[in-house]
Amino acid sequence: MSAKHTHISDVLVVGAGLAAERSAIEAAEQGLSVIILSLIPPRRSHSTAAQGGMQASLGNVAMGLGDNPRIHLEDTIKGSDWGCDQEVAKAFCDTVPIMIRQLDAWGVPWNRVTAGKKKYASGVETEDLKEKEGLITARDFGGVAKWRCCYTADGTGHTVMFVVDTVVCKMGITVHDRMEAISLIHDGETCLGVVARDLRTGDLNVYLAKSTVIGTGGAGRIYAASTNAVICEGTGGAICLNTGLVPLGNMEAVQFHPTGMPPVWILMTEGARGDGGYLLDKNMHRFMPDYEPKKKELASRDVVSRRMIQHIRAGYGIQSKYAPQHLWLDIRHLGRKWVWNNLREISNIAMNFNGLDPAKDLVPVLPTQHYTMGGIRTNKNGFAYGLKGLFAIGEAACWDLHGFNRLGGNSLAETVTAGFLVGKEVAKYTLGATQKFDYKLVEGFVKQEEERINNLISGRNGKENAYEIKEAMGQAMMDHVHIFRTGPALQEGVTKLQELYRRSLKIGLRSSGQGANPELAQALRMPGMIRMALCVAYGALMRTESSGSHSREDFPKRDDVNWLKRTLAYWKPGADLPTLDYEPVATPHMPPGDRGYGEATAGPKAAK
Amino acid sequence: MARQLTFSIFRYNPNKPGDKPRMQEYSFEEFEGLTMFVALNKIREEMDPTLMFDFVCRAAICGSCAMMINGRPRLACKTMTINLPSRITVMPLPVFKLIGDLSVDTGTWFRNLQVKTESWIHTNKKFDPNALEVRMENKIAEQIYEPERCVECGCCVATCVTANIREDFIGATGINRVSRFMMDPRDERSDAEYYEVVGNEDGAFGCVGLMACADLCPMEIPLQTQLAYARRKMAAAGLKLQFAGVKIS
Repeated sequence: MSAKHTHISDVLVVGAGLAAERSAIEAAEQGLSVIILSLIPPRRSHSTAAQGGMQASLGNVAMGLGDNPRIHLEDTIKGSDWGCDQEVAKAFCDTVPIMIRQLDAWGVPWNRVTAGKKKYASGVETEDLKEKEGLITARDFGGVAKWRCCYTADGTGHTVMFVVDTVVCKMGITVHDRMEAISLIHDGETCLGVVARDLRTGDLNVYLAKSTVIGTGGAGRIYAASTNAVICEGTGGAICLNTGLVPLGNMEAVQFHPTGMPPVWILMTEGARGDGGYLLDKNMHRFMPDYEPKKKELASRDVVSRRMIQHIRAGYGIQSKYAPQHLWLDIRHLGRKWVWNNLREISNIAMNFNGLDPAKDLVPVLPTQHYTMGGIRTNKNGFAYGLKGLFAIGEAACWDLHGFNRLGGNSLAETVTAGFLVGKEVAKYTLGATQKFDYKLVEGFVKQEEERINNLISGRNGKENAYEIKEAMGQAMMDHVHIFRTGPALQEGVTKLQELYRRSLKIGLRSSGQGANPELAQALRMPGMIRMALCVAYGALMRTESSGSHSREDFPKRDDVNWLKRTLAYWKPGADLPTLDYEPVATPHMPPGDRGYGEATAGPKAAK
Repeated sequence: MARQLTFSIFRYNPNKPGDKPRMQEYSFEEFEGLTMFVALNKIREEMDPTLMFDFVCRAAICGSCAMMINGRPRLACKTMTINLPSRITVMPLPVFKLIGDLSVDTGTWFRNLQVKTESWIHTNKKFDPNALEVRMENKIAEQIYEPERCVECGCCVATCVTANIREDFIGATGINRVSRFMMDPRDERSDAEYYEVVGNEDGAFGCVGLMACADLCPMEIPLQTQLAYARRKMAAAGLKLQFAGVKIS
C-alpha cells in the first residue's frame, strides 16, 4: 500500500468550519488553487453549533449606542485577564464590523432593530431610535460594556456557516470531505502538506501545497463531558505538535461554559442570560447578584462558572435525575413568545433531550468544558511557529485573541475575522512562494503512517483498547484538570495521563481495520489526543497563578510579575511529557489591571 | 424492570471484498435517558468496533445522523429508545450513496444540490466595506430564518416518493432552499431566472404532494408552506413566460 492519490494545490486548508472556509475564500479570491479537507461535510462543522451570536461594535441597538472598536477591545482584554495578544485583539475589533456587514451582503438574515420603547425581562427599559430601524441589532452578553452581540435567533453559527459555505460553492472551491489529515509532511523547516486518510475507503492520500492552513477547531473531547461536537478531538493541533517543532500555546487555558445541560452536556446559550435569564439554586434563590452585584449572571464565563461551583460547594446545589449536583437556568419570565422565538434552538434542545419546555420549566445546568483558548501558536498574521508555510486559525489556533478567557460571542466573530485577515496573509505568502517536493521525503511520511496502521491492525505493539483509553483520559481530565485546580491534583492527573499515553502506544485493534473502519480512526487519534491533554494538564501544573479560566486554589491571585507570559508546549521525539517554554505577553493598548468583576473585585459571598 | 432492547442493524461494508448486505442483532438492557446516539456508540465500543454510523453535534443541529429507525427517517441523536418498541430496526437512509452500514454520503448530494440550484445570493452590488448594511425589516429576517434552519439531514429526501424514483429531483430540502432565496430581498434574481432553476419536474413541479417530508422534518420546518410558496411563484412565472411567447420545455 502506498498513497492512493496525490493532490497538489497552492493552498491546502485542513478543516471546513467557518475559520477554515473563510480563509479558503480569501485565498481563492486571489486566484490561488485551494483544496479544503474535512472530516465531515462543511455544513456539519461545529461552527454551526454556535448559538448566541457574534460580537461587533455596530452600535445600532439602544443599549449599544456609542459603541466602538476601542470599547470592544477593552472588554476583550479584560475578559482575557490581560492574557491575550493586544495587537491581535485590536485588529480583530477594528475588522469585525466589516465582517458582519459582508456576511449580511452574502445573505445572513441578521435580526434587525425595530424602533420603539421596550421593556426587557431583565428590567432594562430602552427606546430604539427610528433612524436605526432595519439596521443589525444586538443582544447583551457576558463581560461586555455594550450590547453588541449580533444574532439570528439563537442559531447564529448555523446561518453564518451555511452562508459562508454558499460562497465556497459559488466560487467552486474544491472540498474533499470525509478526509482526515493524520500527519504533517515537512522537511524540518517547511511544511509541504499532509498525509490524509480517506474516511470513505480507508485509503491514504497525499496533499501537497505551498501553504497549509490548519482550521480544525477545538479539542473539547479530551474531556469526558464537553459541549463540543464529537469530532472536536483536536486533530489539527495534534498533528502539528507531533512534528516536535510546532508548539501549542496556552493549552492550560480551557473555558468552562456556565450552562451546559446535563446529562447530555449540550450548550444552553449565554444569550439566555443575555436576554434576562437567571441562575437559581435549590432554594429557588437567584444567587449570582450575591457574588457579582454589578454583572450578576453576566460576568465573564470563567467567573460565573467558578461562582456556580462555589455555590454548589456551599451546599446550594440541586440533586436530581439530571446530575448528582447542578443549578437551574430560569428563563420562564421572558415569556413564551420570546423564549420560542429568540431562544428557539435551545428550547428545542431542552425539549428533545430532557422533555422540558423552558417557557414553563427550569432547565438543569452545570459548567461544562466548552472552548479551547490555547492551540497552535501563531504570530499575529497567523503564521504557525516552527515551520514555514504553515498557518493556523480559529479555535485550533492560539492567535491569541482570547488569552485566559474568551468572551462569549468573540469566537464566532474570530472565525470569519481571522479567516479574512489570516487568509490575506496566506494569499500574500503563497503568491510569493515556490515549493520543492522531495518525493522520497513524502513517501517516507506515507510509509510511517502505513506502519502505524499495520501495527494497529496486527496488534504488534500490544492489545490495548482505544475506546477504554479514551474514556480513561476523559475521566482523568474531569477529575484533575477542571475548573478549580490544585498542584497535587494536577500532578496526579499528569501521572495518570502519562500512564495512559504509554498505553496508547500499545493499542491493537479488535476489528480488521479494513476500509473506512471507525476503530482504526479512533486508534490513530489517541496518542495525539493524550499529548494534547498532557499539554493542558502539565501547563496547568506549572502555571502557579490564577488567571481567567485557569484557577489554582493554591495560587488564587493573578501574578503579573512572574506569569504575564504565554506557555509554549513542544513535544520532543520519544518524550512522554511536553517541554514547556514561555514568551512574554505585551500590553501596548491597556496595562494589566482589575477586570471590574470577578473575585478580585466582588469578593466571596458571606455565608447565608 | 428495565426492558431488553434488540437492535436489528443493517450491515454492509462495500469496501470489504466479499461482504454481503445483512441484518445483525445486538441486545442489551435499556437504561434511563437512552438515545440512539448512546446506544449505537455503546454497541460500537463494547460489542462490535466495525459498526459504521455518523454523529457530529449529537444535539440535533448538524443533520449528520439521519437514519431509518423502525421505518421512519429520524435524527438518531434525539431519538429516545423509550419512545420505541423493544425491537428496533435500523437501516441507512435510502436515495443517498451508501458508505457503509448506517453511514451515507449526504455531503456530495447536498453540495451538488447547492451548485445545481445556484443556492447563493445573486447580486450585482459590490460589497462596500465602508458602507452601512442595507436596511431590512426584522420581520423579513425572521421569515428568511425559517427555511434557512434546514440542516440538510436528508430525512425529507429519504421519505419522498419522487426522490426515491427520480434521481435528479431536488426534494423538499432543495425547494425549501430555493424559496429561502426567493424571499430574500438581497437576491436580485427574477422569477424567470428562478423558473430556469426549479420550474421543472426535477424541481417545484416534481412534488406529488404526499407531504411526508413535512410530517417528518426533524427541524419542523413548515415545508408545506415553503413548497406551496415556491410552486405558486413558479406557476405564475411559467404562465407569464408563456404569455410572453417563451417556449417552455
